[in-house]
Amino acid sequence: MLAHTADRLRSTSRPGRLARVLDLHEFQGKELFQRFGIPVSEGRLATTPDEARAAADELGGQVVVKAQVLTGGRGKAGGIKVAETPDEAQARATEILGMDIRGHTVEKVWVERASDIAREYYLSIAFDRSAKRPLFMFTTQGGMDIEEVAASSPDALVRLHVDPLEGYHPWQARRLVFQAGVREPPEQKQIVAIIGKLYEAFVGCDATLCEINPLVVTPEGEVRALDSKFTVDDNALFRHPDLAEMRDVGAADPLEALAREKGVTYVKLDGDVGVLGNGAGLTMSTVDVVTFVGGRPADFCDLGGGGDAQGVVDALEVITKDPDVRSIFFNIFGGITRCDEVARGILQALAQMGIEHPIVVRLDGTNAEEGRRLLRESDASNVHTEATMLDGARRAVELAAE
Amino acid sequence: MAILVDTETTLVVQGLTGSEGRFHGLRNRDHGTQVVAGVTPGKGGQDVEGIPIFDTVAAAVAETAANTAMVFVPAPFAADAMYEAIDAGIGTIVCITEGVPVHEMLRIHAFFHSRGIRLIGPNCPGALSPGKANVGIIPAEIFREGTVGLVSRSGTLTYQIGHELTQLGLGNSTIVGVGGDPVVGSSFVDMLSLFEADSQTEQIVMVGEIGGDEEEKAAAFIEAEMSKPVVAYIAGFTAPPGKTMGHAGAIISGSAGTAQAKKDALEARGIRVGTTPTETAELVAELVRA
Repeated sequence: MLAHTADRLRSTSRPGRLARVLDLHEFQGKELFQRFGIPVSEGRLATTPDEARAAADELGGQVVVKAQVLTGGRGKAGGIKVAETPDEAQARATEILGMDIRGHTVEKVWVERASDIAREYYLSIAFDRSAKRPLFMFTTQGGMDIEEVAASSPDALVRLHVDPLEGYHPWQARRLVFQAGVREPPEQKQIVAIIGKLYEAFVGCDATLCEINPLVVTPEGEVRALDSKFTVDDNALFRHPDLAEMRDVGAADPLEALAREKGVTYVKLDGDVGVLGNGAGLTMSTVDVVTFVGGRPADFCDLGGGGDAQGVVDALEVITKDPDVRSIFFNIFGGITRCDEVARGILQALAQMGIEHPIVVRLDGTNAEEGRRLLRESDASNVHTEATMLDGARRAVELAAE
Repeated sequence: MAILVDTETTLVVQGLTGSEGRFHGLRNRDHGTQVVAGVTPGKGGQDVEGIPIFDTVAAAVAETAANTAMVFVPAPFAADAMYEAIDAGIGTIVCITEGVPVHEMLRIHAFFHSRGIRLIGPNCPGALSPGKANVGIIPAEIFREGTVGLVSRSGTLTYQIGHELTQLGLGNSTIVGVGGDPVVGSSFVDMLSLFEADSQTEQIVMVGEIGGDEEEKAAAFIEAEMSKPVVAYIAGFTAPPGKTMGHAGAIISGSAGTAQAKKDALEARGIRVGTTPTETAELVAELVRA
């Protein structure tokens, strides 16, 4: 579905359950492009200005120094700069490394041989959730705001779905290329080949997005991927150990990184009521209800399906590391999760970590009575039980305000 | 009547010998579900508390005439298990397993639809028709039999809303969780059309959440095709926006997917949307009393 205004299109949110995906850096995506036979410029990764200098020296001639951060808008933020000599590459890397781009600190730069550009195109294949099919998009109007192109001249952006059972056929690439108006035959041929390889990369890596923006044509007529946005489905990483290793753990929020290490699903928010639920839907609803009764949630923390005592201890460790948290609300509806295990986890965490935050606990479902009894019989003065989700939320909000 | 699972259901559990499969398979039997077989390759000839185990789904179907399969095998093998169940002639498959790759689901979705097979899930709590049959992990003790059809993308949030209904003295025809993954076998629209045709169901609660556009599609379907009243709840009004790389995602989905967009789409068609699970149950109670 194409939204109607460019403003709407510029939204960068990806609403939904916690995005279970792995976003790759440009240099990693290009490594994968190369593996699948998509032409890219030669380059080197550098984490220090000295390394950038050595990289430029090895590559020879004019190079581009590019910040490697998992966010868009690098160019506008000054994170992409041209250097004529190795000394200049070192100087540009000094400027770029450590720079903050939309909340991301630059820790690596990609130094690559500069390209002369005659034309810039845009090519992507992405998972279209609504149609339940992969979708190719291609336009010759690259190098500008592509979402603006999609909004203002939708005909210029050629779209084509691929049937996941039938797979890709070369006619689809020809359709994209001819309909978008690529004129030069050698160019047509190269892009058709790249489209086929991009589909192979998309399926072969279990990607949810492979985007080349821009896909450039050099004055000599050579077509090449000048950038890459590559996102992989987390659920498929069990069959891609090499891709799983590409995850940049340093790029995440420290609390979120700790949570991932502990296997806890956690997103930091900016309030003071720590929220912990079981299951994404109930946890989302709990965050909503805390807000609805006038509170400000400090996090979204989903214990998930299992939720044994250790899982609760780990979750509490993550939540209480946030200095803004003033009270904690456990909202558990046992199904697979057993409420007595949750109660044991809470008591274990109190004993191990000496948590002093008031903890409001609401338990229902599997073994709820046993869980409530365990909490009642403990002498933890900071644990409060409530009978309903709404009352639990109110109590936690009151306690946060005290 | 109820939908999906009832007294006619004969269930084969793929993965019955695993700890989760065993726990929930037996729990389903305790609720009255006819659990007629289990399948674990290499364990054919054994039994789980009297339920015979077969090496293949085909053998289980040949011996027991199972008509419904529940998939409880680990994610790397779940897609294969679903294809095996179809080949054996199973017409309704409920996949509980979480973590099936989205590319697998794209292929399975296309394959199932081309063959008219009903798939619930994956990453779902299953379906419960109180007093008749329970296929999945929904705790049956918190629900009672009645006239309200309940369909949800979530597991625990389904229990929450069902519990609120029970507190108000209401019961359910069938409770079904279609699953929280981006691609699932059955949509809200699929379930709404079953409820519309079901003689036991008189009111319907649809529990949605942010992401995708299935609630928006359901809103249009309700207006155009349904005579029974529907109340909705949407989770995720205050959920943090995720980051997304590149432009393709924004171009494809536009503004669809936010809780507000879903609420607006529903309310524009006269469908009431509860602010909290409690208020949602109260809206249903109003319908029942009306």
